[in-house]
Amino acid sequence: MINFVLRLGLIGAVLGVWEWLVAFMQVPTYILPPPTSIFRGLVNGFSSNLYPEHIMVTLSETLLGFVFGTVLAFFLGTIVALSKRVEYFLYPFIVMFQAMPKVALAPLIVVWFGLGLTSKVINAALVAFFPLMVNTIVGLKSADEDRINLMRSLAASKWQIFWMLRLPNALPFIFAGLEIAMIFALIGAIVAEFVGAEKGLGMLIQSMNINMDVAGQFSILLILSMLGLLLNGTVTFIRRRVLFWDPATQADGKLNSDKGGV
Amino acid sequence: MGDAVLGRQTDLPASTEIASQAAIAINHLSLRYGTGPKAVTALDDIGFSVREGEFVSVVGPSGCGKSTLLKILAGLLPPTSGSASLNGTDIQGPRRDIGVVFQSPVLFPWRTVLGNVLLPADVQGLDKAAMRTRALDLVNLVGLTGFEDSYPRQLSGGMQQRVGIIRALIHDPALLLMDEPFGALDAMTRESMNVELQRIWLESKKTVLFITHSTAEAVFLADRVVVMTPRPGRIGDVFEVDLPRPRPLEVMNTEKFGTYVQRIRRALNATGGHGGGLD
Repeated sequence: MINFVLRLGLIGAVLGVWEWLVAFMQVPTYILPPPTSIFRGLVNGFSSNLYPEHIMVTLSETLLGFVFGTVLAFFLGTIVALSKRVEYFLYPFIVMFQAMPKVALAPLIVVWFGLGLTSKVINAALVAFFPLMVNTIVGLKSADEDRINLMRSLAASKWQIFWMLRLPNALPFIFAGLEIAMIFALIGAIVAEFVGAEKGLGMLIQSMNINMDVAGQFSILLILSMLGLLLNGTVTFIRRRVLFWDPATQADGKLNSDKGGV
Repeated sequence: MGDAVLGRQTDLPASTEIASQAAIAINHLSLRYGTGPKAVTALDDIGFSVREGEFVSVVGPSGCGKSTLLKILAGLLPPTSGSASLNGTDIQGPRRDIGVVFQSPVLFPWRTVLGNVLLPADVQGLDKAAMRTRALDLVNLVGLTGFEDSYPRQLSGGMQQRVGIIRALIHDPALLLMDEPFGALDAMTRESMNVELQRIWLESKKTVLFITHSTAEAVFLADRVVVMTPRPGRIGDVFEVDLPRPRPLEVMNTEKFGTYVQRIRRALNATGGHGGGLD
């Protein structure tokens, strides 16, 4: 409780010092706006109904991209994990695409699929795809040798070994991958909006940048981090429900320490 | 109570005929890893048999191939030559009438105690309601009543291995294969597990092949102790253990028990086998 108060106090202090420093050193608003004008930008954006519309656009791009990307990643990852042949032939492609920063594809995607929703969803899906596919492959292959022997000794079929052992065993990896994919999908959508879009928070940031509305940009950044928290929190919430048996989930997520940053 | 839960007699009409025969017959069984000059012989011309309802321990130093032998009997590993049969039919792959207990409990952390015990029944598609009743009886048999809905991480090592043992019994197998099941437990727990296993065996009348590297454990539990020699794995001496059942832990302090242990140790030492290798 005391720590919680201290935490709030610290945040308040940082904002206070920021406000004071900007005024004291007479920093122009178009370089670094004080927290109060960021807050004003936020209120204006919401009251004029400008932000909600763009939030909905970016949110739907992110969620659609997440769903398409992860569903595809799960199926492809499963096939690669279960078939040595498929793995052999797909491996060069996987390695090549994995090394490539996927956001660098955004200009191409926008050229191919236009300024609308489609290009954003595809870009988000592309970025969300890899963390989940890699984790699915690793997870499905990580089943303990003894457990596989146990299933085999019971004369279990390949399918039974998959459903009863490999898949539940892979779930901690899959959820760690989903948490990363969720944040990545948001990044993918924003980057595609930067490249060219008619709507969305990324497009808004760019047009504000051109108009030197730095306070407005800060208010969008605030919304984006809230959005990221909300999306990630949703996946974490589901993971806790599903993986109640996983000690790493109880101790809370060392698994997802590598999320963020593209 | 155990008879009602575990007895085979009632549902196996031909059991009187089989009773006198060998439940397991192993003939000239060999296993080589690799081919050509680099080939390693893990098992060389293994042959012995186990009567129905008999408890046989296999002891040997690490590297003598005793775990390999168990894998072959479990149908997890095909032998290079020779054969092993259970109740008259050759073992040519995993079979549903065999239960295996591994060195570690090998429980599924996402299944409850009851769920873990029921795993073989789920795999083999056995009647759910009947199996549930049977699983609850088995849980009761090993004193885990009240823990049916617990998850493995909430149990101690000894309790986990008890779950591993009754899981191997749920589908009422004709043969129970045990691969150093108590090796990872502390000495105290291990002794009480030995007593418990004896009790389960006396009540279930299963044929048991029990692999261990503890001579005392082998003598305490078995009707017969088979000594294996290392590199390549061969059958050495076989000792009949003539101690009355049920054996209390105190039997370990008797002279007769000591003599058995000494004779087996001597047989083990004569093989000159300590050290790593295939196991």
